[in-house]
Amino acid sequence: MARKSSSTKVKGADQASATPISGEKVIACEGLSLTFETADGPVQALSGIDLDIAKGEFVSLIGPSGCGKTTLLRVIADLEQPTDGSVRINSMTPNEARLKRAYGYVFQAPALYPWRTIAKNIALPLEIMGFAKEDRAERVRKGLELVNLTGFENKFPWQLSGGMQQRASIARALSFDPDLLLMDEPFGALDEIVRDKLNEQLLRLWEKTQKTVVFVTHSIPEAVFLSTKIVVMSPRPGKIHDVIACNFPKDRTLDIRETPEFLDVANRVRQGLREGHSYVD
Amino acid sequence: MSIEAPASRGIVARWTDGQTIPVLIVVLVIGVFWYLGAMWLNADLQRDLFANGGKTDYTTAELIEGTLSQERPKLPTPGQIIAELQKTVIDTAPTSKRSLVYHGSVTLSATVLGFLLGSMLGMVLAVLVVHARSLDRSLMPWVVASQTIPIIALAPMVIVIMNQFDITGLVPKSIIAAYLSFFPVTVGMVKGLRSPDPLQMDLMRTYSASRMQVFFMLRVPASLPFLFASLKVAVAASLVGTVVAELTKSEDGGFGARLLAGSYYGQTIQIWAALFAAAACAWMLVTAVGVVERGVSKQMGARP
Repeated sequence: MARKSSSTKVKGADQASATPISGEKVIACEGLSLTFETADGPVQALSGIDLDIAKGEFVSLIGPSGCGKTTLLRVIADLEQPTDGSVRINSMTPNEARLKRAYGYVFQAPALYPWRTIAKNIALPLEIMGFAKEDRAERVRKGLELVNLTGFENKFPWQLSGGMQQRASIARALSFDPDLLLMDEPFGALDEIVRDKLNEQLLRLWEKTQKTVVFVTHSIPEAVFLSTKIVVMSPRPGKIHDVIACNFPKDRTLDIRETPEFLDVANRVRQGLREGHSYVD
Repeated sequence: MSIEAPASRGIVARWTDGQTIPVLIVVLVIGVFWYLGAMWLNADLQRDLFANGGKTDYTTAELIEGTLSQERPKLPTPGQIIAELQKTVIDTAPTSKRSLVYHGSVTLSATVLGFLLGSMLGMVLAVLVVHARSLDRSLMPWVVASQTIPIIALAPMVIVIMNQFDITGLVPKSIIAAYLSFFPVTVGMVKGLRSPDPLQMDLMRTYSASRMQVFFMLRVPASLPFLFASLKVAVAASLVGTVVAELTKSEDGGFGARLLAGSYYGQTIQIWAALFAAAACAWMLVTAVGVVERGVSKQMGARP
């Protein structure tokens, strides 16, 4: 119990240093809790989550499975309803934000519709949101370019590799140009080499588009490499254990993973994960 | 040599690599058992025929030959059925009431109309059931119960009631066909409309898509493979429904009428020929649905 309260203090201090800029809050969670009613009784997935995310930040949620990181992302996206506390996205409730199409969501799996070509898949949100036909074509073209899939527009998903499919799903999430990108372990199912490559591409993309990104992962190097802020979560009940600022230069490449500074941050994250996990198994 | 080799291999390969040989073997085995069955089943009658004709010193060969060429055998041979089919399909004018082509066209028109009505009803029911929880509870049990009633018992009642309202001709038969064919379509389509996985549904939610958009952009395309599987069952069921209806309403002709007439007069060869013609029609219909299915799934990027 003592450790828990001390880590909360650390968190508060770090948060202040991690978000010095503008202060314009894109996401604000306060005392957020969520309890699932299951057949085996209630399961507390989230407990007392306080988290602010400023405009332009790249925030990673990291933790072991069952720590509620995906649930937290789904609450922000209005795919789950919190039982207690509040979430604001640009001062709106998640529901209002969803209805205003304020965010793009990338799932663990590409979730491309198999009967649509890649171009048609990227155009799906545009069709739903009623973009004009010419505008749609232009946005699809740009999206394909952004994720290096030009030339694959008329292929069907099964004709593409897993990495290419996931890239298409990122282009789809960005097609309507939301300011907020929510990504739920988007590269979890990919092999290390593809993942590295996509991490670099995602970083360039973030740099170029200036979006706010919330990124769920269970890979420490991935989190440290991509983020401006790493939120370490611990399970049962899911809560925030530590928040680590992580401000490497924006034009960093994968080589940075060899530097002492990188390993230092990575160690802090690892230590945080270990502490959060220490009570049982 | 090197030029001839692929060509000659082409012909040989088609026989050895393909399915031709296994298919031929199965057909041959069925044929052999059929002829043996015909000899066995028709032997008693043939002995009686010989006895009545005062012929007592027949040889086994004569007995066998007799069993395979009776006018009203218990089991006609494939050869007899083919001869009957040739007589009634090719040698008879299609306008004649003795032509199976004529009867086939009567059955097919009612079948196709019934299939269209039935699959339309099936789809509408599926959409209702998927979108309204209360209808799922209240409608589905009736849909299932409807199929537990033997169609042979229901058909005459439907025709009599329709007749009361001066609805005759094609429609009553089509309604019975529709009655049989809507069920697989409803069941398959409900399954198909519910087939999108949670991820695909969540995606639509993140776009705050309307119910209509979810329906047309996700549920309908996802349901099509299920729908086509159901339509194949439905089109065959539709033919069965029509034939059953024709047993009651035989004055218009059709395969059912042909079966009925055949059984009145003990014309087993005629019955078997009608059965085979009906099976061929069902095969044609199922194949037609399959062709449409292939076209649609090609459009939808299915793996070849």
